[in-house]
Amino acid sequence: MRNTIAGKKKSISYSKWGYFFLAPFFIIYFIFNLIPLFSTFYNSFFENYRIGLMQVGPKFVGFSNYIEIFTNSNVPRYAVNTLIMWLMGFVPQLLVSLLLSVWFTSSHLRLKGQNFFKTVIYMPNLIMAAAFAMLFFTLFSDSGPVNDILISMGVVDTPYRFLTIKGSARGLIALMNFLMWYGNTTILLMAGIMGIDESLFEAARIDGASSLQVFFRIILPLLLPILVYVMITSLIGGIQMFDVPQILTKGDGLPDRTTMTLIMYLNKHLFSRNYGLGGAVSTLIFLITAVLSFIVYRITMKNYFSSSKKGDK
Amino acid sequence: MANEKLSLNIHRAVCYIVLVLLTLISLFPFIVLVINSTRLHSEILKGFSLLPGTAFLRNCRNLFTDDNIPMLKGLANSVYISALTAFLTVYFSAMTAYSVHMYRFKGRNVAFRFIMLVMMVPPQVSALGFLRLVIKMHLMDSFMPLILPCVAAPVVFFFMLQYMEASLPFEIVEAARVDGSHEIRTFNTIILPIMKPALAVQAIFSFVTSWNNYFMPALIINSKDKKTIPIIIAQLRSAEYMKFDLGKVYMMIFVAIIPLMIVYLILSRHIIKGVTLGSVKG
Repeated sequence: MRNTIAGKKKSISYSKWGYFFLAPFFIIYFIFNLIPLFSTFYNSFFENYRIGLMQVGPKFVGFSNYIEIFTNSNVPRYAVNTLIMWLMGFVPQLLVSLLLSVWFTSSHLRLKGQNFFKTVIYMPNLIMAAAFAMLFFTLFSDSGPVNDILISMGVVDTPYRFLTIKGSARGLIALMNFLMWYGNTTILLMAGIMGIDESLFEAARIDGASSLQVFFRIILPLLLPILVYVMITSLIGGIQMFDVPQILTKGDGLPDRTTMTLIMYLNKHLFSRNYGLGGAVSTLIFLITAVLSFIVYRITMKNYFSSSKKGDK
Repeated sequence: MANEKLSLNIHRAVCYIVLVLLTLISLFPFIVLVINSTRLHSEILKGFSLLPGTAFLRNCRNLFTDDNIPMLKGLANSVYISALTAFLTVYFSAMTAYSVHMYRFKGRNVAFRFIMLVMMVPPQVSALGFLRLVIKMHLMDSFMPLILPCVAAPVVFFFMLQYMEASLPFEIVEAARVDGSHEIRTFNTIILPIMKPALAVQAIFSFVTSWNNYFMPALIINSKDKKTIPIIIAQLRSAEYMKFDLGKVYMMIFVAIIPLMIVYLILSRHIIKGVTLGSVKG
């Protein structure tokens, strides 16, 4: 239809409506995202904070906020905290999700009650992280239900003080992240496995491949792009880790700031209106996430164009 | 043959055991939450029990009549912000997707690639500039800066675009044009109804995201009667926790979590289907 001259004319006369419908997104994005982003960059080059009622700056100081961050502050330490806690949650999350997604899609096993299990494991993803963290704080407090159960089973004599020990405090945060995200990852991986050509499994079965061989030689290599996608999106999410450790540790990163994340540090500066250091840390996080986002963009676009081509003709 | 069957059954049994264990771990916090929300402070202090108590309504009354915790107001604020956010997000994301899907204008491809490129950039990186902007616009301590930015939601846009490509034929729009329907009218009365399933799923996701949001609201809202549920919950942690009535604490978390969970359980089929649509598939 669009090949005829009349059709062409029509599509030209309507095309201005494209801009009209596109405008709200770009106006809002420009005002509330782009301008703030550049204003954040700009602020990172100024000394601008308050001590009590006294305002210091704004005074242009070049890169000294960045130098401050890398040398004098604990930012590298908080970055490592964030990374460790992300890994502690992500590694088990990926392993469990891989296992579950293979089981759920196996035509050999034909597990029952799949909808029930999927519903249950996805559920924590929708929970308010603030409330979830508060719930965990209550459950794992010195006189909370978990300590009650541990004592009555004779595992410990005195309450185990989870938030005073580095390993268990980080472990709790990782556990919460694991619980909130493994269902989501399982569902993504399942979609990936179901996209694999059934005839490959058929051929492997005829050749007498064991289920382990099928997993390592067929599923894993073909799933690789999705695994990369899952890992990078999860890392971007991990860098944003805030609600859970903030509320679990009262914003202090207990014990001794070993659970303090990058965004918790940023949040402190936003509250105290320290725009220089806050800006520098924001810019740093932006640079890291921008690189990661670009990888996700490449994967998504490649996938989008190949699937729309498939759908066309 | 019998051997093979036996090993399959063992394999299956292992799967079910692991699944049941994971289910228990996933449900454990919620089970304790529901049970303890029915018990009095004194009962909770005595230790954990699997038997629910009888004080559910009493805890509920205690919570909502506590003048120090603006729970009712918080609920109203959260519902108001989340509902408006959900509406604006789905309406304008559908509109943006419609523009990219339906019209062939100059710069269309650039616009599309731009939206896809910024999709994963976390909002926290521009939070500082955003906060300064909000201060300059005199919008601190108001709902506006929490609601308005959601008009630009790249992830929802991408979901809508994929949905349109799968189920919105050009012919319908052509037919509407022949009938003399105005473009805006076509979008509102013909396109949106076709998009209903996608709108519903994304409205739920946007509602939940906004409902759970803590970072930005905590920086923008100050006054007591404008606080949202996550802020109220977070305050619980920063106050002297030990002084609190634990029955009330559990009830607060209950109110923040359980109503949404019930909605989720009713609609879970559609929601789980929606999870995969907006992202990379095989």
